[in-house]
Amino acid sequence: MAGGLEGNAIYRAVYGLVVEELGWASWLAYFIAAMVIILIVVNGVLVMGTLYTWFERRVLGRFQGRLGPNRTGPFGLLQPIADALKLMFKEDIVPRGADRLVFSLAPIVMLVPTLLVLAIIPFGRGSFLADLNIGVLYIAAVGGITTVAVLMAGYASANKFATFGSMRAVAMVVSYEIPLVMALLGVTVLASSMSMVAVVEAQHLPYLLVAPLGAGVFLTAISAELNRNPFDVLEAESELVAGYLTEYSGMKYGVFMLAEFTNTIVAGAIFAVLFLQGWQWTVFSPLGSQVGFLGFLDTGVARQIESHFWFLFKVGLFAFAATWVRATLPRLRIDQILSLAWKVLFPLSLLNVLVLAVEVIVWPEPSVGELGIMAAINWAVAGAAFFVAARLVSLGTRAPLGAGAAVGVR
Amino acid sequence: MAGNLFEEIIFWLLAATTIGAALLVVHVQSLFRAALLLIVSFLGVAGIFAMVNAEFLAVAQVLIYVGGIAVLVIFAVMLTRDVDRGNLGTPVQPVALLLAAVLLGTLTYAVVQAEWRLLPEDLPGPLAAVFVDTPAQLGRLLVRDFVLAFEVAGALLFAAVIGALALVRER
Repeated sequence: MAGGLEGNAIYRAVYGLVVEELGWASWLAYFIAAMVIILIVVNGVLVMGTLYTWFERRVLGRFQGRLGPNRTGPFGLLQPIADALKLMFKEDIVPRGADRLVFSLAPIVMLVPTLLVLAIIPFGRGSFLADLNIGVLYIAAVGGITTVAVLMAGYASANKFATFGSMRAVAMVVSYEIPLVMALLGVTVLASSMSMVAVVEAQHLPYLLVAPLGAGVFLTAISAELNRNPFDVLEAESELVAGYLTEYSGMKYGVFMLAEFTNTIVAGAIFAVLFLQGWQWTVFSPLGSQVGFLGFLDTGVARQIESHFWFLFKVGLFAFAATWVRATLPRLRIDQILSLAWKVLFPLSLLNVLVLAVEVIVWPEPSVGELGIMAAINWAVAGAAFFVAARLVSLGTRAPLGAGAAVGVR
Repeated sequence: MAGNLFEEIIFWLLAATTIGAALLVVHVQSLFRAALLLIVSFLGVAGIFAMVNAEFLAVAQVLIYVGGIAVLVIFAVMLTRDVDRGNLGTPVQPVALLLAAVLLGTLTYAVVQAEWRLLPEDLPGPLAAVFVDTPAQLGRLLVRDFVLAFEVAGALLFAAVIGALALVRER
């Protein structure tokens, strides 16, 4: 097993208790510590996902000049609990023609990749479950399981809208997976490693500054993977009711929603690790010192707590930005969505990898100054590329000819 | 790292899942469920790869087979009529059974008869590095030592993509 729990504080505490006090086997200590950490991480992230529903509704309310949920508990904070209770007491309906087993399994499969990705995310200095040497690839691979869940839900519902919705969603997710993986490749090239911990440690400057093109492609592609605005084809009620969610009700629907919102948090964590220096905070002290707001204490525990704080802060930034985008942009049509993936993002992501690869050949282990030069070149390239893409590529803003036009889909 | 018993349990669970799912793939009536069970089988194989320290293979297995091929299979199933009818009998069934049995027999014989040479615990430096940092070693081999073969494969795939596009293009 690559990169275990040896550096983890909880592991060391459990190890001390189980092996040294009780005299049990060391693998048992490993097992217990892993279970404890998994319990904390999974529940913590699911609670954050639940809270994110509240956060998004409140912030959206602000953007739209209204209040949002504010009656249940202080500031409406208990609204997610009220929602969950409501969903649990609803009748659980399974359509008559549906494949009952697959229909019920789909929400569970939907939640699986969300939780699996958590295994390799470093939430703070030395606090991760596993440091895989293929971490970045692991994200792409595990994320692919979502497609299967969508297809299961759409097909098992035995509903035309659900099937169409799932096919559209899958066509979109599969198309955006390619620029997403290419953006991840750019990060891998820059850090010369696929391990998430190594990527964080290699970021003397945040990769958001060093590789703006890659970060932009990643953000766009991840919003499509998350089914978020402006790629939320599921919410196109006038075209497909609610897509593959049409037949779902009660807690099954709740699990889908939970997965969707938790996925946003997890995507924020991935973005923080890959592009925002993860748990580090060196933007304002680029000489590599780790001075932060708790820096004056200069003890291990303070630095540990601070690293967690910065990580959560960056996840929060992503969550806010995601809500901001949702409040700002209208939804794209499915053909525009696919055009954007293939005509704009795919070439841009290739360009990104090409430029970064050349730069890494010139500066194999970049220092802060060299990263700064790379950033300057990359910003120029990104600006030129966006200009060219905007001039050359048309997403087809007119209504499509053919079947869509015949039934008046706009 | 963990005890041997622990590894044994995990291995047998994975093996049973893989083979059980594979058997169900050919047994279940619904084509759609068969495709889903195929995914379970793929995941089981990925788990076994992960157990023998081949994490890269495990992840590639999930990425390509589950995320790519299985989704393609499901799409094909969705475009098929009478999905729930199951397979009809064909005259080649006995032949297929015979071939499958021969293949299974050959493979089992090969596995049992093969002289498995285990690597020693303390490997020399460069060999040990292969296990610790597989992707870096793979990358070095692919884009440095065997770069020509790699590029030829890339050109071939590119030609295949263009060919596929040319075939389906509307005139």
